[in-house]
This record gives sequence, C-alpha cells and structure tokens, in this order.
Amino acid sequence: MIHNHTDSILEVRGLKKYFPIKTGVLKKTTGFVKAVDDISFILRRGETLGVVGESGCGKSTVARCLMKLYDITEGAIYFNGKNIANFTDSKLLDYRMMVQMIFQDPYASLNPRMRVKDIIGEAIRVHGLSKNRSWKEDVKDLLNNVGLRESHMARYPHEFSGGQRQRIGIARALAMKPKLIIADEPVSALDVSIQAQIINLLDRLKADFGLSYLIIAHDLAVVEHISDRIIVMYLGNIMETASDKDLYNQPAHPYTRALLNAIPDVGGKKKGNRRMLLKGDVPSPINPPSGCCFHTRCPDMFSLCSREKPKMVEISKNHWVSCLKYKR
Amino acid sequence: MKAYIIRRLFQAIAVCLAISMISFFLLFLNSDPALLLLPPEAEIGDIEIFKKSMGLDRPVLIQYLTFLKKVLLHGDFGNSFVSKIPALDLMIERIPATLKLSLLAVLLANALAIPMGMISAVKRYTLVDNLITFFALVGQAMPLYWFGIMLIIIFGVFLGWLPISGSDSFVHMILPSITLGAWLLPVNMRLVRSGMLDVLNQDYIRTARAKGLFEKTVMIKHAFKNAMIPMVTVTGMQLSLLLGGAVVTETVFAWPGLGRLAVESIRMGDYPVVQAIVVFFALCVVIGNLLADILTAFIDPRIRLE
Amino acid sequence: MSYETIMTVPHINQKKPSSLFKILRKMWDLKLGMIGGVIIAGMLICAVGAQLIAPFDPYEQDIMERLLPPSFLEGGSAKHLLGTDSVGRDTLSRIIYGTRISLIVGISAVLIQVVIGVFLGLFAGYYGGKTDSAISFMVNVMMGFPFILLAMSLVAVIGPSLQNIIFALGITGWPVFTRVTRVETIKLKESEFVLCAKTLAFSTMRILLKHILPNILPSILVLGTVEIARAIIRESLLSFLGLGIQPPTPSWGMMLAEGRDYMLSEWWLAALPGFAIFLSALGINLLGDAIRDIVDPHMRKS
Repeated sequence: MIHNHTDSILEVRGLKKYFPIKTGVLKKTTGFVKAVDDISFILRRGETLGVVGESGCGKSTVARCLMKLYDITEGAIYFNGKNIANFTDSKLLDYRMMVQMIFQDPYASLNPRMRVKDIIGEAIRVHGLSKNRSWKEDVKDLLNNVGLRESHMARYPHEFSGGQRQRIGIARALAMKPKLIIADEPVSALDVSIQAQIINLLDRLKADFGLSYLIIAHDLAVVEHISDRIIVMYLGNIMETASDKDLYNQPAHPYTRALLNAIPDVGGKKKGNRRMLLKGDVPSPINPPSGCCFHTRCPDMFSLCSREKPKMVEISKNHWVSCLKYKR
Repeated sequence: MKAYIIRRLFQAIAVCLAISMISFFLLFLNSDPALLLLPPEAEIGDIEIFKKSMGLDRPVLIQYLTFLKKVLLHGDFGNSFVSKIPALDLMIERIPATLKLSLLAVLLANALAIPMGMISAVKRYTLVDNLITFFALVGQAMPLYWFGIMLIIIFGVFLGWLPISGSDSFVHMILPSITLGAWLLPVNMRLVRSGMLDVLNQDYIRTARAKGLFEKTVMIKHAFKNAMIPMVTVTGMQLSLLLGGAVVTETVFAWPGLGRLAVESIRMGDYPVVQAIVVFFALCVVIGNLLADILTAFIDPRIRLE
Repeated sequence: MSYETIMTVPHINQKKPSSLFKILRKMWDLKLGMIGGVIIAGMLICAVGAQLIAPFDPYEQDIMERLLPPSFLEGGSAKHLLGTDSVGRDTLSRIIYGTRISLIVGISAVLIQVVIGVFLGLFAGYYGGKTDSAISFMVNVMMGFPFILLAMSLVAVIGPSLQNIIFALGITGWPVFTRVTRVETIKLKESEFVLCAKTLAFSTMRILLKHILPNILPSILVLGTVEIARAIIRESLLSFLGLGIQPPTPSWGMMLAEGRDYMLSEWWLAALPGFAIFLSALGINLLGDAIRDIVDPHMRKS
C-alpha cells in the first residue's frame, strides 16, 4: 500500500502480535496464538476509522498494541511519522498524551473506589495539565462536554448507569487532551437506545476537540454512521478496506457481505433478499487455515484458496480487498 | 500431566532445601555451638582447637554443604548436644507416638466435621446452620493449650475419669486426641461446608434434582462424593496445622512425641535435634502438599493449565 | 475453595427464607457483631486505662495472701475478685494489664505482616513471571515451615523480649497476606481500569498503591482482624512455652503457664487467663465477621 505520509496521523505496517503457548516442565514455547497476523493500515488526520470483525478476530489486540499495552511481535506503528514500537518510558508519556483509549466495559473500566472527579482529574493533577487554574475546573468543563453535571463530581461509579459511565470514561480520555482516540467497542456493552447517544457524542466531540478516531466494533451497524472508512478483520488479517459508502454499496469480500447480511434489516431497503449466513465456527488462531484464512467458511471458495495467501488488491480508488477472486 | 508432576516435584525439593538452609543458618550460626558444647571454664585456645576439629571455622556455605552432604548420604544430623545420641535416632524413636495421636485426632475431627459441615451446607441459612457456624467460630477462638488444660481440670481433676498425662494405654490417648481433634474440627467443618456448597450449586446437582431423585439420594450419591474431592486435597495441605497442633498438645499432656522433643530441644539449645525435626516436619508438609496437588490435578484437569 | 466460588452460590434450599426469618438472621448477625464490638471495646479500655481500672499493682506481691481463690468461690475474699497467684499478686489486675501486652503484640505483629505480605503480594501479582516465581517460592518455604518451630527457634536465637516476639510473629506470619494480595492483584491487573491507568501514563507505584491496593483493602481488613486474634493466641502460646514475654511482665500466656503448675488444686489460675485469651480472640473474630458482612456482603459466611 502506498500512502501519502503528510496527512496520516497513524500508520501501521506489518503489525504482528503472537502470544506464546508454553507447555512442559521448562515451560518451553510450543506454539503461538496468532492474534494479529501481519496487518497494515493508515489513519488520516481528522478521520474516523472503523475496525469491524467477529469476536476473536484480533481487533481488540490491535487496539492494545496501539496503546502499547502489549509489546508487538513484529512490525511498526508510526504516530506522526515516529515509530512508537521502540519508545522508551519518557517518550511514551508524550505519546500517551496524544493517544487515549475508551474501553469496552463501562462497569470494569472505572475504578469502583474512586470518585468521578478523581477518575477524570487524576491525570490532570499527576501530569500537571491544567494551566493557571484548579484541576477541578478542568474536570467541570469535561463533565459538561460529555453531557454530565458538576454535581456528579463527588459520586462513585456505581451510582451511574452504563451510558453515564461511558461518558465518564470519555471525559477521562479527553482529560489528556489527546489527538487520537482509540475506542474499543465503546457501545457494545450498552442498551441499543443508549448506543446512538454515545455515538453522537463521540461525533460531536470529534469536531469540538479536533480528534481522530479508531473505533472498534463487532457490529457494522455501530460504525456505519460515524466512520469515514472501515476495515474488516478476520482471524488476525484484514479482509477489506473501503470508504463507508463503498463498503456498504459494493462490498467486495465474501466475508464483508456476510457481515452486512447479519445486520437486522427492518425496512427491507437492502438490495438482494438472499440471506447469506456463514457456516461453521471461526478456526483457531493457533493453527489458522492455509492459504486464505477465510476459505474454510467462504461461500465462494475455489481450489486456489486453500493454497495461496491473497494479497491486498485495490479494486477501485481507496477500496482494497484481500481475496483471490480479484487477483490480477 | 507428567510435566506438571515433575515440575511440582522439583518445586517441592527446592522448598525442602530452602527450609533446611534457613533453619541451618538460623540455628547454627546465630549462636556458638562451641560454647554450648564445652564446659564454661574452657580456655580461648581450647575453643579454637575445638572449632577447628568440628569444622566450625570454615565459611558458612561450606559448613552448610557439609551438613547437607551428611544428611543426604547418611541421614546424619549430628549427635544431640545433650544426650550424645544421633539426633536422627532420637527423632525416629518419637515418631510412632505422634503418629498415633495425630491419626486418632484426624479421625475424631472428621467424624464430626463431615456430618456437621454437610448438614450446615444443606440446611443453609437455617437455625442449625447458624448454630454450627457459630460453634466453628467459637472453636477457632479457643486456644488449643487452654482447651487441653480445661479438659484436664474437668475430666482429670474434678471428675477423675481420665488420666491427665502419660502414654501407657489407650485411655491416656483420649484427652490429647480430643484436644488435637478439637483444634482441627472448626477448620475442617468450614471446608466441608463450603466444598459442599460449591458442589450443590453445580449443574449436575440441579439435573439430578430435576430428574426427580430423592433429596437424600441426590445429597449422598451426587453431592457428597464430589464434595469430598476438595476435602481429600485439603487434608493433605493441613499437615502443617496438624503438626503445629501436635507440638502444643504433646507439651500440655507430656505426650512423648516429636512435638515435645522439639520444644525441649529448642529450650535446651539442642540444635541437631531441632534441625532433624524441622526438616522432618517440612518433608511431611511438602509431601502432603505435593500429593494433594497431584490428586487435585488428576481430578480437575483445569489446574494443570495454570 | 476460594471466595469467588463461594460468593456465586445462590440459595440452596428450595424454600426461600421468609422475610421474618431474614430479619431474625440480621438481628443475630448484628448481635454477634455487637458482642464482638463490646468485647473489643472492653479490651481497649482495659489496655489504655489499666492504671485506673486495675485494683492493684500487677507486680505487687503479698506473701500473706497468696493463692487466694476468686471471690465467687469458697474461701475467696472480696478484696481480690479473681484471687491471687503463687506470690500473692492480684489476678484481676494482672489480667487487665495483660490486655495491653496482647493488643500491642497482636496489632504490631499484624502490621508487620501486612506491610511485608501486601507489598510482596502486589509485586508478585503485578509483575508475574520471575518475580512471581521467586515470591511464591518464599511463600511456599514459609508455609512449609511449621510455624511454632520457626517462631520458637527464632525467639530462642534472638532472645525473648517484647520487640523480638513482635518481630518473630511478624516475620513468620506474612505469607497469608501475600497469598490473598497476589491472587486479587492478578485478577485486578487485567481489569480495564488498571489498563486505563497505564494508558494515562501513571507510574507503576501509583497504579499499585492508588488503583489496585484500595480495591484489595477490604479483604486485607477482614483477614487482618482475624490475624490479630491469631497473633494474640500465638504470643500467648510462645509465652506459655517459656519463649515469649518474660516474667514478671503480666502476659496471659505466661500466667497460664504459671497456673498450669497449680492446675490440680488452684485450677482457676490456669483457667482465668486462658479464658481472657479465648474471649478476646472470639471478640475479634466476631467483629471480623461483622466487618466482612459490611465491606463485602458477598463474602459472608464462607
């Protein structure tokens, strides 16, 4: 893939994350869980990039690698042109100021023994982020920004609903004044009615704070409205990358089509009534299938699929797909 | 499985070595055995010569390794400072008495702990359960040696039914084994109770009930059998509790076992004997834990993946 | 049989406890906790105000009035409520002063245990790998050592004094705290709020002390109270075996040991101090149970 470097905030090249499996007396490494297996993508400044895939496809691992919560096995992650893979602690602080994360479970991501003002304000206090005023003022502003009230400051997380908790989580991320926010399934733990509120909030904050987003979801419907571009992942690999519109209107990869079919279709607007469902289970990432990793479940599979690993092919402008059907 | 056992075996050996090393350094190096062994009027020159002949002037690690070599190859912990008899022989002589006492105590304790724990679990949140858990709470607050003394006062002195010390016949064993058994009872009872509660909540118990089996059949055939699994493993792990209790019980009742020998030897600074007993106790505890772990791993394959 | 397996157990009985029964049960729990609280309060008052409460100087000997039985027994005098010992010291006064020793030893020893045990547990759980293996090995070694022999040998080597007893109990008793802390730290370190603290660029120390430790504290508190009771019993045991607090300092265990020589005739000399140990341990355990019910309702009656 060829990218224009100037407009990218984040660029991932050949990222691999293998978790070793240890067995035996001496705990020798006898195998690997290939959670992320050689993926590359780019996130442009001001863009919202959605990453979609079933659970276990490695999308959360990507997020944690990007946040440096995991050491990566191979590859490079460029943030503003600098490779963060070899950042030391002092440089890491700068990186963490720029890139923040919103977690999946709003019940587990807030420390139950801390008050809201400390959850949001601790980073401001510890890193000295508030200028010329009390850190509490910053916390108040942040609460207002995410749709909560100042009176919530002294409360504990258990006094809030799931949606409110996720707002607290967002305020906490914003406290670092980041440029990029990685959201790992930010709404999947919430009621459907609340999901839209949080997505809209994220959309509004993006404009207000000049953010870029990487939003992870297992459901295409969630990222549909908010994303500019979408990456579809399967078993640690990228299957398809396209703009929001292209992906919905001209899905190229059989897996993407299957995912689109899985969205409940109330109005019957979608063309093609053929309901395509995948057969079988996701194969184990310890022994991924040979060739194309999707061939065991692919409805369009042909003989070459089990032998040759497909490469990314650009089928139209900025629409990339990894499928042998499009092999040139 | 094999890998797991081998790994645990290595760990157990390492623990035993570490314990022998700590007790060696603790006992032999913080006091001067030469001063203990020689008459107080010995000249400084004599002390030096004596130290040399005993190897006490060499580096501590060498001393320990020499000690270890003797222990491993010949079972030689050195001679008792007091009676000049090999410490190992002194110790072995006392093992049967402690074994007898411990076995009877475990038997007594479990004969009560198992039914009480089961009733308590099955009748959870009832008056019976409350009374039994309260009883366990009281039992855990009871200092073992005081309980022993109170038994002596009541049954030996006031009522005059039972002998208060000695070890000649079975009658002599009654009070000491009740004392030691009472020490184990509350702990075992709580373990049976929580093990039973664990099992009662499993799907297969609900299935058994759903099949319309009689409640008694469910309890005995399905629940109890599975609840005993943690019990067995826990008994292995309780050896250190048991041995600690034996030390105290034997002291109170002048029972001629290992525990009393240990206490006397520590008081008199008879370190070879203390060393032998510490290593023996550690071996018992470590082997008990090891067996319990292996047994658990056999029963519950999830453990091995840890 | 860990706490988490116990706390997921719902009601076993098919018949649900009635609300009346629930109220009765609450009262029962509350009452036991209150009894524990009253006992502890009494102990604290005795320890702090020993000079004011005790009718006699605990060291004052009176050969004329030696081995007096308590006043409620035949031959007892109202002057010495709980009688006198073999050299004529007032038993009640000695028991009251003994509270001080027990509490000082119990609380200080447990503080040492908590400091050592919790720190090692945090590090073992958080860092895992070799750190964890090393610390877990230390725990296994300490657990393999029969406590009594280790503590007795230690005291025999360093000499019996108040500070040394506290030291010996503290240095031998920490593994329980390491075990609990380690397990809970392992659970917490993968939790999202700890991962989040990492992404907020907080130092490891801050994460351990401000984010993980407060969430473990309830378990430590509950375990700590129970361990105080255990330390008191262990101190009295060491004193009973002659390797604890030295005469003439009034320590319950030592009084019990002295009384043991008279157990065939003046039985109360052994019975009374032992009862004091029992009562205080019971009080602490009752209070500990109540604390557990308050701080973590899931852990009740495990």
